[in-house]
Amino acid sequence: MSFVPGKPVTAVVQIIEIQKLRQGDNLILGFSIGGGIDQDPGQNPVSEDKSDMGIYVTRITPGGPAEVADLRVGDKIMQVNGWDMTVVTHDQARKRLTKKNEKVVRLLITRKSL
Amino acid sequence: RETRAPCPRRPAVKAVWTRICSYGGLFYCCWCLKRKTSKRGGGGAGAPEATVEPGSFLPSGSPAAGSQDDNWGETTTAVTGTSEHSLSQEDIVRITKDLEDSVGLDCRRYVTRTIAVILGLLVFLTPLAFLVLPHILWPEKLQSCGTACEGLYISVAFKLLILLLAVWALFFRPARAGLPRVFVFRVLLAVLVFLFVVSYWLFYSVRILDSQDDNYQGIVQYAVSLVDALLFIHYLAVVLLELRQLQPCFSVCVTRSSDGETRHYNLGQLSIQRAALAIIEHYYCDFPIHNPALLSASKSRAAKHLAGLKVYNVDGPGNNAAAGMAQSQSRAMIAAAARRRDTSHNELYYEEAEHERRVRKRRARLVVAVEEAFTHIKRMQEEEPKKAPGDVMDPREAAQAIFPSMARALQKYLRTTKQQHCHSMESIQQHLAFCITNNMTPKAFLESYLTPGPTLQYGKDHWLGRRWTLISEASVTNGLKDGSVFVLKCVDFSLVVTAKKIPYIQMSEEYIDPKSHKFVLRLQSETSV
Repeated sequence: MSFVPGKPVTAVVQIIEIQKLRQGDNLILGFSIGGGIDQDPGQNPVSEDKSDMGIYVTRITPGGPAEVADLRVGDKIMQVNGWDMTVVTHDQARKRLTKKNEKVVRLLITRKSL
Repeated sequence: RETRAPCPRRPAVKAVWTRICSYGGLFYCCWCLKRKTSKRGGGGAGAPEATVEPGSFLPSGSPAAGSQDDNWGETTTAVTGTSEHSLSQEDIVRITKDLEDSVGLDCRRYVTRTIAVILGLLVFLTPLAFLVLPHILWPEKLQSCGTACEGLYISVAFKLLILLLAVWALFFRPARAGLPRVFVFRVLLAVLVFLFVVSYWLFYSVRILDSQDDNYQGIVQYAVSLVDALLFIHYLAVVLLELRQLQPCFSVCVTRSSDGETRHYNLGQLSIQRAALAIIEHYYCDFPIHNPALLSASKSRAAKHLAGLKVYNVDGPGNNAAAGMAQSQSRAMIAAAARRRDTSHNELYYEEAEHERRVRKRRARLVVAVEEAFTHIKRMQEEEPKKAPGDVMDPREAAQAIFPSMARALQKYLRTTKQQHCHSMESIQQHLAFCITNNMTPKAFLESYLTPGPTLQYGKDHWLGRRWTLISEASVTNGLKDGSVFVLKCVDFSLVVTAKKIPYIQMSEEYIDPKSHKFVLRLQSETSV
């Protein structure tokens, strides 16, 4: 699943739509992400390939919108609403997921069992 | 001036020289032999093997011949094949070897010293002779010595003095050892010096003495050139004898055959006999003392292995050849030993654990006893009011005063660690007095008893006979080579030495710019969305 520079990345993906939940002033999705091109891939607890700098789901809040939509820990997020997530920094990933004017996020995720 | 042909002279000079040398050598060897045989009557080199003296097997009927008992008849009949006045083949070989050894060694030392002295005299008197002879032989014809010439006198004098000091420093040192073969470099240098001086003499005698040269300055310059060349030969001697072996070239591994103690040393390019000498000198400093009492345990175990099995030949003798029988016997023994269940490893384990515990207990008691004993003594300060003369003791008396309180604990400890034969009461008291004099702590006193030290530490009788035998397949004057192996045999054990060449080391350089040391943090953050 890690990318080889210069070669296209191929993966079997699943589409997951999550409805954001309003909590006070924020719209939350109910999961945590880890990873990014500015992070140390060797310390990623959930990734299979320890050189992969992609964005991974590290935690799911029980009962949250992500769990309802069948997102699982260890899923790698390939796209968010059409935006690529395989070669982004951690902060860019966070921003793309928490856009205030979007109520729904459409994730393309890949996991080993696919 | 008529020219003389030098050729007819030279053979004559050479013939005289060779005749003198051969007569001198012959005379010398005869003198040595006569000395040796006269000395041998009173007991020779003290070698453990008995030398046969004719008449020793005579049946002595007198009761004064020691323990005269019924066995005298047996000893006479046991001497088979020899009568009292004939010697068997082995006796002849033994006697000639003894003769060779004793004559060879002493004779060689005297010969070496005499040659050295003769050569030294030759070297030092030659320049002086060169300077003095013209004055004696043709003083009227000689040109007077001007200023430059007298300056050369001073130069000759000082150079000879320097040469004298240098030769004294390099060659006149007490001999460390007697090596089995001659020292090749020294012989080469002696021959070189001799040939050199002889050639100078030849030239001098032909060109100057015969023609009675009157240019005295030239003669003095000739003498100066001789001394210069001798100094250069001395430089060559320093390089060959001292400097060449300083750079380490071989790493030798020395193993003691009795208990496996191993050490590694770095040696330069040496001949095998000189390497053996260096190793023996290191042995006395580094190897812990050889203690035969520690080897008895493994010997008894080995004896038990062998004693457990007995082989009986059921078929009776005369069937196979003796060799076949022996082979089948040993094979049967090995098979049986492999099959039976041996519990000796169990015994060894428990025995060793028990011994360890015992040693530690005794050691604890010893340390406490010694510490307590040391508290009884105090160094007397000068400011103290004078005590009675009976109270003031010198170190020896102080040692004797506190020794009884620790003697028993120390003796028990030495018995447990099987060291009691290395230390006598006298030596322990001496060591105690020494420690007290030098303000040593009890721990410092005990250090020489708790761990076995190198052979140097113990008395002279423990140096185990300074007679070593070098056993080597290659000639002992050959240089050390990679993989050469030789054995140094002593009375109780031997040292097995293996030499390995230190490989050629190729080193390369890498430059690191100090500004290139940069670091970043490794992050792994988790954000909840």
